Amino acid sequence: MIIISLMVFMAVTAIAIARIHDLFAMVMLTSIFSLLGAAAYVVMDAVDVAFTEAAVGAGISTVLMLGTLALTTSEEKPSPPKNVIGGLVMVAITGAVLIYGTLDMPYYGDPTAPIHHHVADYYLGKSTGEIGLPNVVTSVLASYRGYDTLGETFVIFTAAAGVLAILGRGRIARRRPEDDDVAAVTTTEAADKPGGSPP
Amino acid sequence: MRQKIILRVISKILIPYILLFALYVQWHGDFGPGGGFQAGVIFAAGFILYAIIFGVATVRDVVPATATRYLLVIGVLLYSGVGVAGLILGGNYLDYNVLAHEATHGQHLGILLVEAGVGITVASAMITIFCTFAGRRPEEHEKAEEG
Repeated sequence: MIIISLMVFMAVTAIAIARIHDLFAMVMLTSIFSLLGAAAYVVMDAVDVAFTEAAVGAGISTVLMLGTLALTTSEEKPSPPKNVIGGLVMVAITGAVLIYGTLDMPYYGDPTAPIHHHVADYYLGKSTGEIGLPNVVTSVLASYRGYDTLGETFVIFTAAAGVLAILGRGRIARRRPEDDDVAAVTTTEAADKPGGSPP
Repeated sequence: MRQKIILRVISKILIPYILLFALYVQWHGDFGPGGGFQAGVIFAAGFILYAIIFGVATVRDVVPATATRYLLVIGVLLYSGVGVAGLILGGNYLDYNVLAHEATHGQHLGILLVEAGVGITVASAMITIFCTFAGRRPEEHEKAEEG
């Protein structure tokens, strides 16, 4: 019941995101969508995933999108009316195929589902003896799947390195003390200004 | 946003607890939900809140750009270094069993160090990304935050 109402809320939010034109409101709705998703994960007992979804999906990505909006504009450009029938047919066909695909899937929480019998048995049964941590998720994440987590860490590292390479203005390469001081002074002055008029 | 006194006072009260909660999530991830990724993001969120309220330059006084860049690398190196330490001590890459005399102790140590590496990298990556985005044209950023 809770999960169904959460799903309904998520669907309403998704439709609102698709229909709205104010990008600022859109970012806020995306954040709400993530938060609802996190609540759904909590209901499904996946607290670790919910935690990540709430922190990354609702928190950081909202802030990053707001930062992008601050650099660009907060109003969507009006696009000329397009052929909606073709898109609607495409969406309907894709949705039908996806729903057809779920018919074969085991029910949620079904103990005989294949996902519960591949390696999950081993992790749940052996991790207390082999790793000795109460949180099996951490054992799997950091020890059994250490390579995957290493790869994920490198993904984060690469993302930051990419942002620095594109937007970082190469301050490391030609770094002089004066450079940083000038930048700091201008930024402080801008922050001291009374914020400008609302758009 | 500097002139908004409520935001300034409330965020000053909140930020220490955000950072404390991040550390709790980081070191308590073995026993409850959480771990390096979440902790890093929450830790960065504290700094980002500070940057939104007091400006990016103020945050850069606390954590200079060079510091976050080095920490970014240190986190990744810590993670990979634990793997190399396993190799040196005679195990496989990222095999924590050989890190201590007892296998489970080695696992605990390895997971703790690895999660610390993840947390450092994620936190500094998020701070770096936010500050590069927000510090690009600060006057327009401030304007958009108002609106």
